[in-house]
Amino acid sequence: MTETASKPGQTEVWITGIGLATSLGEGLDANWTALQEKRINVDDKGFAPYVVHPLMPVSFDSQIPKKGDQRQMEAWQRIGTYAAGLALDSAGIKGNKDILSKIDMVVAAGGGERDLNVDCGVLTAEAKGANAPGFLNERLMSDLRPTLFLAQLSNLLAGNIAIVHGLGGTSRTFMGEEVAGADAARIALSRIASGESDIALVGGSHNGERKDLLVLYEFGDFNLQDKFAPVWARKDHAGFALGSAGAFLVLESRAHAEARGAKPFAKLSSVVADLAKRKQPGDMAATLETLWAKLPRREGKAAIITGATGAEPATSEERSFLKSHADLPVRATGTMFGHTMETQFPLGIALAALSISRGALFPPNDSTGTEIEMQGAPTQIVVVGAGHWRGEGMALVEAVS
Amino acid sequence: MTAPRDKFGRPVVVVTGMGIMTSLGTGKADNWAKLVAGESGIRTITRFPIDGLKTTMAGTVDFIDVDPFSSTGLSERMAELVTQEALEQAGIGAKADFPGPLFLAVAPVEVEWPQRRELGRAVGKLDFTYDDLLRISGGGKYSAYHHRFMFGSVAAHLAETFGTKGSPISLSTACASGATSIQLGVEAIRRGETDAALCVATDGTVNPEALVRFSLLSALSTQNDPPQAASRPFSKNRDGFVMAEGAGALVLESYEAAVARGAKILGVIAGCGELTDSFHRTRSSPDGKPIIGCMNKTLADAGMTPDQIDHINAHGTATPENDKMEFNTTSAVFGELAQKIPVTSNKSMVGHTISAAGAVEAIFSLLTLEHQRIPPTINYDNPDPTILFDVVGNKARDARVTAVMSNSFGFGGQNASLILTREPA
Repeated sequence: MTETASKPGQTEVWITGIGLATSLGEGLDANWTALQEKRINVDDKGFAPYVVHPLMPVSFDSQIPKKGDQRQMEAWQRIGTYAAGLALDSAGIKGNKDILSKIDMVVAAGGGERDLNVDCGVLTAEAKGANAPGFLNERLMSDLRPTLFLAQLSNLLAGNIAIVHGLGGTSRTFMGEEVAGADAARIALSRIASGESDIALVGGSHNGERKDLLVLYEFGDFNLQDKFAPVWARKDHAGFALGSAGAFLVLESRAHAEARGAKPFAKLSSVVADLAKRKQPGDMAATLETLWAKLPRREGKAAIITGATGAEPATSEERSFLKSHADLPVRATGTMFGHTMETQFPLGIALAALSISRGALFPPNDSTGTEIEMQGAPTQIVVVGAGHWRGEGMALVEAVS
Repeated sequence: MTAPRDKFGRPVVVVTGMGIMTSLGTGKADNWAKLVAGESGIRTITRFPIDGLKTTMAGTVDFIDVDPFSSTGLSERMAELVTQEALEQAGIGAKADFPGPLFLAVAPVEVEWPQRRELGRAVGKLDFTYDDLLRISGGGKYSAYHHRFMFGSVAAHLAETFGTKGSPISLSTACASGATSIQLGVEAIRRGETDAALCVATDGTVNPEALVRFSLLSALSTQNDPPQAASRPFSKNRDGFVMAEGAGALVLESYEAAVARGAKILGVIAGCGELTDSFHRTRSSPDGKPIIGCMNKTLADAGMTPDQIDHINAHGTATPENDKMEFNTTSAVFGELAQKIPVTSNKSMVGHTISAAGAVEAIFSLLTLEHQRIPPTINYDNPDPTILFDVVGNKARDARVTAVMSNSFGFGGQNASLILTREPA
């Protein structure tokens, strides 16, 4: 078990900035409004039979002013660099050189966005008989764009954010699908809580409109096909619908935030994560239960926001865990935003903080009755992130008292 | 008797186990013997055809079995072997029950060409699109490829095999990754979250596309013949780095915990530092300020001054830009001492092990402290007259070494440094 919780004497950590660019829109108001209206943006034609949640188009120029910078990135990096800029704006620190020169960045990233034409060009030529020993080498040497590599490297999301927004503190990139997002938040929180760091930019981004990713997940039969359904209604038609999104948070010690007059959306009280063995039915649910017990929950109005994917058996395991906490209203972000992999956990924290700051949990969007209405303002939201294959994370987001 | 806490009141972090693998061979003894003898592990690539490539040599690890082979599979197998070596030396925990978290530096994972080609052949048509590949990917035939090519797959395997605790972290800070994995371990122990951490770094990515990618960025040496002479750090005729494979594992413990269980202390991680460069994706800020700041932060973290460092294990990639920048920035931090402190680059012999380099070189630094002998920088026949380091050229040098600074700088503005000492300060 690894855990990060603000212990007595440790610094309280506030969420003072949120940046969202998703399939529902950009910015907090657009996303909030879409959630209230139960809007869902899915494309079941462009990648048919697979269903994806495409990014709502944004004007990248507003956060990435240099075209040259945009050209050096692939979509996943542009989305993330854009959302990171929104988070810095939201925290009121965009362009603040004093703060940006020391901000600690922890990014959860995948990578590897490929040039499908190059891949198919090689494979079809080989199918037609190209078999010289150096054929692949020669094609790659002539067909790959030199800068594509930089658009594929996982740590170049952080690199691009640093370049475009002028961040000069530290930069760490965590990989490992869904739980990487939880670990990024966990490490950033523990560093601020212990006084190692004052302020951090944490988040991730994902381009779900990628056939190379669909191939990877199709290997494991994880993609949702043919027909969209809410996450909880996919039991007999399992799978996740990849989503495009960038979600970034500015985390800050209370003292640092107060000194510069920054207002919190909420506080991040705890992030815990583990790696269940998932060998036997019940393993993953048991790990979630252990993580739950680690959260320093108090009296108050609570809710759960989960990144449940819709893939099996993980979603059924999670459903059985949730049954023992059925008194808490639950929301599955996968229904509204699709599955955004490394980004789902930061997205969950962002929506928890937003719900707390706006005094209401967003409405249910589910046909199975798993999600119930919530009356009144939530003061605590537990964010759950269990990977489609491995890794479990949980966070407690609370109202600042 | 040394205090269990450093001058900042934090737990002192010591090393109690190390494991290593490079193109020179397996294990500390073999690697060290070859390293101080000035042997090169760089050879002409035999793993795949080299026709049409500008660079045809690398520091490959071809002497262990990986089945089925993939770059990620090789990374995993190397990581497993070096971890076994480190745990055996540390004698910590029980079998498959390591009492702390895992921090793994690993190259980004993706589906590789052999698997992509298998898919292409399975389509069974002469002309096809990506949709055709997608259509045949499901149904369970390729489910092993999903598991293999998850970014978290290597860490999950190690965590299960060695019973590390909690959520294992897979990280990438490009060529600084190995140093970052150690830094994460140090921080966790200093925060008091754990008494022990397993820090592993591995990179087995000498494959055609990785080679081509670096080649297209003009980062690699093309002095293919003889391959052993390709990596020429600090030389006037250096022309790029040499890709290489390898892995390193370190068992870190709080000094207090190590002493309490009677463990042999191999060295101390006295300081770590990092600083981001936001100048360019692949180039350092011309004023060197981020690297200077990184070294200064590391000294401050260790509570040390430049005159206390008596050896620098350089990043020393042998790219024209890196080595010059490293001298200039080291000079800015160390003043005239930059020309007096013995400097070496292990990459002259083992090549650039990319994601693993920071850990591999930290281990070589600790072995330098243990043996009081600095491994040479080979191929140093034509010194760059503008790089005035006291390079330990061609032959190993006996020296009194009490504190080593090890530097790692990477694409994406990643800079990280470590200070390693024999005894707690």
